[in-house]
Amino acid sequence: MAVEGEKKTVLEMIQADGADEGCVTFVLHDEDHTLGNSVRYMIMKNVDVEFCGYTITHPSESKINFRIQTRGGIPATEPLRKGLNDLNDVCQHVLNTFQAKVNAFKEGQETSME
Amino acid sequence: MAATMKNVEEIRTRVILEEFGVKNVHTTDFPGNYPGYDDTWDMQKFQKKFSIDIVNLDESSIEFDMVGIDAAIANAFRRILLAEVPTMAIEKVFIYNNTSIVQDEVLAHRLGLIPIKADPRLFEYRNAGEESSEEEGSEIDTIQLQLKIKCSRNPRASKDDSDPRELYLNHMVYSKDIKWVPIGNQADVFGDSSIGPVHDDILIAQLRPGQELDIIMHCVKGIGKDHAKFSPVATASYRLLPEITLLEPVEGEKAERLKGCFSQGVIDLEDVNGTKVAKVVNSRLDTCSREVLRHSDLKDVVKLGRVRDHFIYTVESTGILPPEILVMEAIKVLMAKCQRFLNELDSTDMD
Repeated sequence: MAVEGEKKTVLEMIQADGADEGCVTFVLHDEDHTLGNSVRYMIMKNVDVEFCGYTITHPSESKINFRIQTRGGIPATEPLRKGLNDLNDVCQHVLNTFQAKVNAFKEGQETSME
Repeated sequence: MAATMKNVEEIRTRVILEEFGVKNVHTTDFPGNYPGYDDTWDMQKFQKKFSIDIVNLDESSIEFDMVGIDAAIANAFRRILLAEVPTMAIEKVFIYNNTSIVQDEVLAHRLGLIPIKADPRLFEYRNAGEESSEEEGSEIDTIQLQLKIKCSRNPRASKDDSDPRELYLNHMVYSKDIKWVPIGNQADVFGDSSIGPVHDDILIAQLRPGQELDIIMHCVKGIGKDHAKFSPVATASYRLLPEITLLEPVEGEKAERLKGCFSQGVIDLEDVNGTKVAKVVNSRLDTCSREVLRHSDLKDVVKLGRVRDHFIYTVESTGILPPEILVMEAIKVLMAKCQRFLNELDSTDMD
């Protein structure tokens, strides 16, 4: 079940024939440990996930094989979607907290200089 | 080692530094690993435990603490700061005349590494398509710079001078000699904030009378993954907060030696009933050299470790963007990556 973009594929799904929807290997193009490890962490925190791991097939190719196996017949795209959404929310929270702290620090600096 | 309650807490929250290795490096708090612990992802729990503390902030560097996050995500921020926050840098160098002693390609390489003070968020990436017809580049994706300088003999120098600074004019080509040539409507958009190199005193080449440089340069937007010249940080790094525990009271001469094993300011000697007793005052200052483990009588007294989810970041900017903006851009890049795959998942689900 290959998923095509216009010219460049971004995300592919590879499934063994006969296996249920819960065991899927995704191929993420143009990605490396930066996204791979952080998404893996978020997906591992999901109780429904039985197995989650990623490999970089060859260092010269910038793509990762991301495997998810779920328990209970849940389709594998669900924990992937939830993991990406959770990571997005984490980043949003980190950004908000950081912005607030930077503003507070700068205000503190200004008042101490006066 | 039996997994007692206290031990489990230690395995979950600390990285232990021993004499011949480091223990408990990997994150293990995933659901199902520890009976009695609910490690499922919970946004409320994360938000309660998470905090950021800015220690130092000035124009070129920031030092801040991030507490309550996992190493995978903290490392992702570091990797993005180094390699995926875009900046503008000189990419194409059109050499019309170079009679200096520096070879063309060496000169072009040096010019590429000069940090250019232009906000990359106001520019687009250059289309990777047909390059032949787009030699000029448009005003939204290219900055044009010019370096035109000629070295000549100083007519006012006295006859027996030997200092090159007296004898020659323009014999050292600095980055301040690079001038911005606005194309299209750039003069109106960027008129007040002039575009040019961040630092004025980068030495590019040396000339002697008769040699000249006549160069046009095009800057484009790029990321550090493509070429290190696009990296916006001098460096970005983090370390974990060290933790030093004294397992038994250390007194007298032993305490003096213990103090000497750590960085200055970590251990202080308190006066208790006439004897000096060692006390850990500020473990944050320690550089974790594990020197104390080299002394056979001191190594069983101390327990060295690091707090697993407390990251002390140091980000030093090259001057293109202020360091706090860099960190915020890095977080936005990670969000954009997630969004890209979420959109891809949604679009394929619709098919």
